[in-house]
Amino acid sequence: MSDFTVEIRVMPRASLLDPQGQAVQHALQALGFDEVGSVRAGKHLVLQVQAASRDEAAAKARTMCDRLLANPVIEDYECTVSQ
Amino acid sequence: MHRVAVVVFPGSNCDADTLDAARAAGSDAYYVWHTSTDLQQADAAILPGGFSYGDYLRSGAIARFSPVLRAVTAHARAGGKVLGICNGFQILCEAGLLPGALMRNARLKFLSRPVQVRVDATDTPFTRSYERGEELTLPIAHGDGRYVADAQTAAELAANGQVVLRYVTENPNGSMHDIAGVCNAGRNVVGIMPHPERRNALVLGGQDGARVFLSLEARNATQHAGDLRAVDGRHLRV
Repeated sequence: MSDFTVEIRVMPRASLLDPQGQAVQHALQALGFDEVGSVRAGKHLVLQVQAASRDEAAAKARTMCDRLLANPVIEDYECTVSQ
Repeated sequence: MHRVAVVVFPGSNCDADTLDAARAAGSDAYYVWHTSTDLQQADAAILPGGFSYGDYLRSGAIARFSPVLRAVTAHARAGGKVLGICNGFQILCEAGLLPGALMRNARLKFLSRPVQVRVDATDTPFTRSYERGEELTLPIAHGDGRYVADAQTAAELAANGQVVLRYVTENPNGSMHDIAGVCNAGRNVVGIMPHPERRNALVLGGQDGARVFLSLEARNATQHAGDLRAVDGRHLRV
């Protein structure tokens, strides 16, 4: 077994209103960053996971996302594994 | 008299009001702690409002894995009556007992004030004492009340008449189709964002919420709840 670092990015579905991202976008534009076209705000989780392989760590992380870390009705997620 | 289990999570804060409202309606109501897996022969389980587990990760996401949810899920799957109010509604959605999800209010602000809602379904255990189309004033108190569901689910909700409450005059949180409450396909599980337990007596500013709890007892003869009396399922203002 080895230790892996799993980084999980959970984002609200692109089709859904993201008021937090919009508020940040408006704040950036108020600061003069007119080049900002859109902002979406999500969550970034970093897990230390023990697994036999990188693939197993990724599979475990996806199961965790499906069961708890992301809500499939409203969110999408991506996992990246490093050692 | 119905046995009503009011489930208490760490962070529930409407549990006492909900217990009082159920008792005022004539139910035999009692608390069940989130670590219990026994609803003690409940006829109905109510998941009250609050901020279970601090709303960490997503509202209701962690409460959904409490031991008591196994009992609530078994109760619901067997046709037992379940009501989720506010955070309870969020938990029932996270648990998959109700369709859809509740997201951050469209204008981000936490909203705590009375709103107008319309009763669109009266064939549920918690709304049967209302008239269909009746408009109520009920308080809301939530930061995550924007109901969303995918297009197919939304179509099913509409086709099956599963929208129980809808916001009227204004949509405070950006909910899809002004949805303030839904039920499952079996109609035994209901989730609503407004707080009926906070408006069940004139001394609280109104009693439009009382019949949510009186509906459970509506088949019983005569019950008192604050200033409201239910007789044979009909309500009389006194």
